[in-house]
Amino acid sequence: MTPLQRVQEKFSQDVIETHAFRGDETLLIRPASLQTVAKFLKETAELDFNFLMDLTAVDYLFYAGGRVQKEFRFEIVYHFFSLKHNHRLRIKVPVDEKNPEVDSLTGLWASADWYEREVWDMFGIRFKGHPNLKRILMYEEFEGHALRKDYQFNKRQPLIGPKT
Amino acid sequence: MSFLSSPTNFFTAKLNDALGWARKYSIFQYPFVTACCGMEYMSTATAHYDVDRFGAGFPRFSPRQSDVLFVVGTISHKMAPVLKDVYDKMCEPKWVVAFGVCTCTGGFYDNYATVQGIDTIIPVDIYIPGCPPRPENVIDGLIKLQEKIQKGEQSRTLYDPRMKIGRPEHLQKGYSVEEHIKDTKS
Repeated sequence: MTPLQRVQEKFSQDVIETHAFRGDETLLIRPASLQTVAKFLKETAELDFNFLMDLTAVDYLFYAGGRVQKEFRFEIVYHFFSLKHNHRLRIKVPVDEKNPEVDSLTGLWASADWYEREVWDMFGIRFKGHPNLKRILMYEEFEGHALRKDYQFNKRQPLIGPKT
Repeated sequence: MSFLSSPTNFFTAKLNDALGWARKYSIFQYPFVTACCGMEYMSTATAHYDVDRFGAGFPRFSPRQSDVLFVVGTISHKMAPVLKDVYDKMCEPKWVVAFGVCTCTGGFYDNYATVQGIDTIIPVDIYIPGCPPRPENVIDGLIKLQEKIQKGEQSRTLYDPRMKIGRPEHLQKGYSVEEHIKDTKS
């Protein structure tokens, strides 16, 4: 049984859709169940996803030239890897534009800390329960979130002077 | 007024000439290297092109002991306060060279992270555009800087993007993505 099938079996109501192609397994799950699914992935012995490889977000505004309208504007993408079993799983969570907030996974994987700060910095998505959610790449005076599709690419930011 | 009628002017003028001459052949540079232009800067500095022929072969990695600030490579908004700090810590007289198109205008980094020309932060004396500039360009810029030092000229103005003053005319216009699309279509 693959990790995808395990999760699908256990959380059948929480899985919105799945995708699998030559071992590339993806699950789209409801944001409310993210914590429980993540805990299950990490703490089940046969799955043992002890490594959070990547955490990023996608902005689906103007997706496919505006032809495809998604129900939710953002998706957070988690890439999990098990060093023991050498298998991978991708989890996606849709996030609403009006209240862009999901649960933080810093309690389960410490590496989520900086990833989540980057997603906050670039997409403006908040992580509930993050210990230190502030910008990681840009400076505090930066206005807006640079990787949102409606961020004007040549917007001029205020110049910052030397710190005193 | 002729110099014969005013011996003091004659002597101060000659003294300034001598000072300028001494300064232009002993450029102590501070290389503020942040990006790929640094490679070209190094090849200019080493034996093949050899800036030491122009008396600029001794980089000092301390702003207090240098008199020309070489800004080599892209400056991000986060780096800008550091650059300003380094410039402010240099002793007078001081000059600034913008090395590479990123420092001149921001170059093709027309984005959220890059400062659109360091002359928006600190006054620039010599612009050496190019991506990266050839060592010949750099040496040409260095000679132009020497002429400026000889005359005792220093740039004091910042670039004002709204008034479009304080930057050479051919560098006024940045190159935006929209223009690039327009150019490639036509």
